[in-house]
Amino acid sequence: MAELWQEYLLPLIIIVAKILVIVVPLLICVAYLTYVERKVIGAIQLRKGPNVVGPFGLLQPFADGLKLLMKETVVPSSADQVVFVFAPILTFTLGLAAWAVIPFGQGLVLADINVGILYLFAISSLGVYGIIMAGWSSNSRYAFLGALRSAAQMISYEVSIGFIIITVLLCVGSLNLTDIIMAQKSVWFAIPLFPMFVVFFVSALAETNRTPFDLPEAEAELVAGYNVEYSAMTFALFFLGEYANMILMSAMAVVLFFGGWLPPFDVAPFTLIPGPVWFLIKIMIILFIFLWVRATFPRYRYDQLMHLGWKVFLPLSLVWVVLTAGVLIFTGWLPLAGGTL
Amino acid sequence: MTLLKRGVRSVLFSELLSGLMLTLVYFFRPKVTLNYPFEKGPLSPRFRGEHALRRYRNGEERCIACKLCEAICPAQAITVEADPNVAGNCRATRYDLDMTKCIYCGFCQEACPVDAIVEGPNFEFTTETRAELMYNKEKLLANGDRWEAEIAANIERDAPYR
Repeated sequence: MAELWQEYLLPLIIIVAKILVIVVPLLICVAYLTYVERKVIGAIQLRKGPNVVGPFGLLQPFADGLKLLMKETVVPSSADQVVFVFAPILTFTLGLAAWAVIPFGQGLVLADINVGILYLFAISSLGVYGIIMAGWSSNSRYAFLGALRSAAQMISYEVSIGFIIITVLLCVGSLNLTDIIMAQKSVWFAIPLFPMFVVFFVSALAETNRTPFDLPEAEAELVAGYNVEYSAMTFALFFLGEYANMILMSAMAVVLFFGGWLPPFDVAPFTLIPGPVWFLIKIMIILFIFLWVRATFPRYRYDQLMHLGWKVFLPLSLVWVVLTAGVLIFTGWLPLAGGTL
Repeated sequence: MTLLKRGVRSVLFSELLSGLMLTLVYFFRPKVTLNYPFEKGPLSPRFRGEHALRRYRNGEERCIACKLCEAICPAQAITVEADPNVAGNCRATRYDLDMTKCIYCGFCQEACPVDAIVEGPNFEFTTETRAELMYNKEKLLANGDRWEAEIAANIERDAPYR
């Protein structure tokens, strides 16, 4: 009995507690991201945004969540019911699962695995399944078209994201996220690899289906894309998954290019602030740019989107991989396997 | 040369960045939102809102049942009746105004020789039933009593331009 407790139950309780410590604040962040989005876009359009529910409208996300919780989940009669219900659950779960490897500070990571970045990449690629399943099982034209667009778009931009990750990996020599961050101790990769950061950011916009690449949702043409038929909590799960993905992409950008939890300068006033706070600040800045871009740019046309993905970003990132590799070999800066820069 | 210029511009995202700068400037601008039920915008003294029948200062009704408002009303929303059996009668026995027909053109107040029917500054008179929008003389006089101060002030402010 004692062995059962020591070997299985106690570790299980500890891991569940750790997961809750990550997931609960994350969900609150997601809820408040929707609030901040409405506030930021409102401010840019000279409006005030939500300010009625609670002080400064701070309880608005909970009011919205409660509303979605109370509503009826409508499953269309022609829908494939199992897949229809499973799709939002998958999207939401994947949006949360990726956070297992994100390091919030020195040693503050749920699973410090050696292929962390590959895991992240795999999970974010799987996200497309939720959307495809939703579009297919809804048995609706708009949902299907939206899902097709979304799948094509996510696959196209994943290729260049893959090359960007390879560029960073060449500079680090490790797939472990903690190693990637520690390799940026002297200089953040955003400085030498700035064009790659820009490409990564634009690809992240496309990957998370955000404006100007929100073609899958294109409310003007596709009503709302793959989630037309969804209501109540199934819709809320899609929504949460999408915003969790946004935060995840920002976290990825911070880890790959902005030194994760490291302070911008390794001197006194900056080092006093703990690492997780720096991590949070950096994520918030990237998220603000996400919202800022949404408030600024109109939607791309579908062929422009594909043109940008395959004919501009793919060759550019490919050339940059070769260039980085060449420079590293030529100067002898190439990090040894398992070591850091 | 133009090709080079265009190439440099698109590589440096100069157009995208100038767009972003513009929205960033707007982000810090004062907001134009009015928290409506708590804050209200300014109204012109000529604003044509809910109707009211006014009284003289001694409490006598201004309306003399001349029916000019009824005649001019393009939506035919006004019905005025006077008792023909009383000699020299100049009191309306009935003054009905169908607010669902009214188009708020203001002709009635222009036509009125004694400034009896006026459109006041009140625009928040929604009701829960349609029947409540069929105003009668009592309702219009009550409106007049309620809004007299504002109506009188508006007429005075608008007087120099008439």
